[in-house]
Amino acid sequence: MSDTQYLAASTIEEAVNAHSKADGSARFLAGGTDLLVQIKSGIRKPNLVIDVKKIVELNSIEEISENEFVIGASVSGVNLNRNKKFSKLWPGVLEAFRLIGSEQIQGRASLGGNICNGSPAGDSVPALIAAGCIALIAGPNGKREIPIEEFHIGPGKTVLNNGEMLVSLKFPKRETHSSDTYLRMTPRTEMDIAVVGCGVNITFENNVCTAARVSLGAVAPTPLLIKEASKIMIGSDLNSEILDKVSKICMDSCNPIDDKRGTIDYRTKVAGVLFKRATLTTIDRIKGN
Amino acid sequence: MGKIQVSTKINNENVEYLCEPHDTMLDVLRNQLELTGSKESCGSGDCGSCSIILDGELVCSCLMLAAEAQGSKLETIEGMSEGGKLHALQQKFLEKAALQCGICTPGFLMASKALLDHNPSPTETEVRFWLAGNLCRCTGYDKIVKAVLEVAEDMKETA
Repeated sequence: MSDTQYLAASTIEEAVNAHSKADGSARFLAGGTDLLVQIKSGIRKPNLVIDVKKIVELNSIEEISENEFVIGASVSGVNLNRNKKFSKLWPGVLEAFRLIGSEQIQGRASLGGNICNGSPAGDSVPALIAAGCIALIAGPNGKREIPIEEFHIGPGKTVLNNGEMLVSLKFPKRETHSSDTYLRMTPRTEMDIAVVGCGVNITFENNVCTAARVSLGAVAPTPLLIKEASKIMIGSDLNSEILDKVSKICMDSCNPIDDKRGTIDYRTKVAGVLFKRATLTTIDRIKGN
Repeated sequence: MGKIQVSTKINNENVEYLCEPHDTMLDVLRNQLELTGSKESCGSGDCGSCSIILDGELVCSCLMLAAEAQGSKLETIEGMSEGGKLHALQQKFLEKAALQCGICTPGFLMASKALLDHNPSPTETEVRFWLAGNLCRCTGYDKIVKAVLEVAEDMKETA
């Protein structure tokens, strides 16, 4: 890392310009809890590190209209946790983000960093996909928006081009009778990496599901949005037959690796179980139980 | 690019230093400022022995660049006692023998202080979760947890 330079950018434009000029050898630094470890271990050797924490848009939590949030990419777990309204509207997103690392990591690690690091097992991503977030991206050619489920293209790989940065995440306006849940399977209770993660976000009123999004993490090269799940769940009363059917779809969607954390069979089976549990928890949350 | 000049506040004192872009906060604390209480054990944010409080938040100083401290307020273990008087947590750790080899202790103390700053009456579960980012390989966790709970209890009585 001895040749690395450091720049604390104060605007999006400054950060994007510096990144473009570095021609692929720059990295944006938010919390640094992944990047610094990668640099120290030699996995990454950026010649420019661009600190984005001082950029207002990246560091803010904004309610742009009633129940509609935009969260800056460098907002940390402890900061998001302090926004009581957001925690109430999006408990699943918050619990997913708060599962990442220790209190020390939570003090620094950012939501945007968890996304941009691109791990198939990143905990916040399935919850954000289930939530239906839009990623706001700024680059040398201006701004663009993409659904978060299209952000990852492979392990460690994202749609970001040279010079582009993730600025913030736009959440859909939260409707009443809606809630979300993120569950993950880990051998330990915390300080661990997901063997499987599952995010479920539903609207359930008068015993009818009117909106549903299901996402799975750590079971494929990228986090997955299970589109077929929504089709079956919407319009139903989410009875056990429906949940069995969707659970099977979740399992069929898995394409995991065999590794020390879990076998293909195990990950696949757990994906189905977590979907059911996350859905039941979400229904309880909506009913206020 | 040469060295970066950083102005910051450490344990309520204004401090200026020059650092390399790649220096971590822990590097500068230990090697330049001679604040060697914060330890480097894992260097990857797993063990918590380098824990400091940055603008009120508990962080690993090994996962922070020294250049990032510009304009911030830092608390390290060296600032924990006041005027030669040990902080209640330090005193209790001694009384309860909540340490063995001592390498993890500064990190545990900073983490415990940050916990009580944010949550003055934690449950045992909250203490255990909060301290999950601090590893003790002599495995003295129970005594540490009890010490923190007792300090919280004492604080209630004196409040």
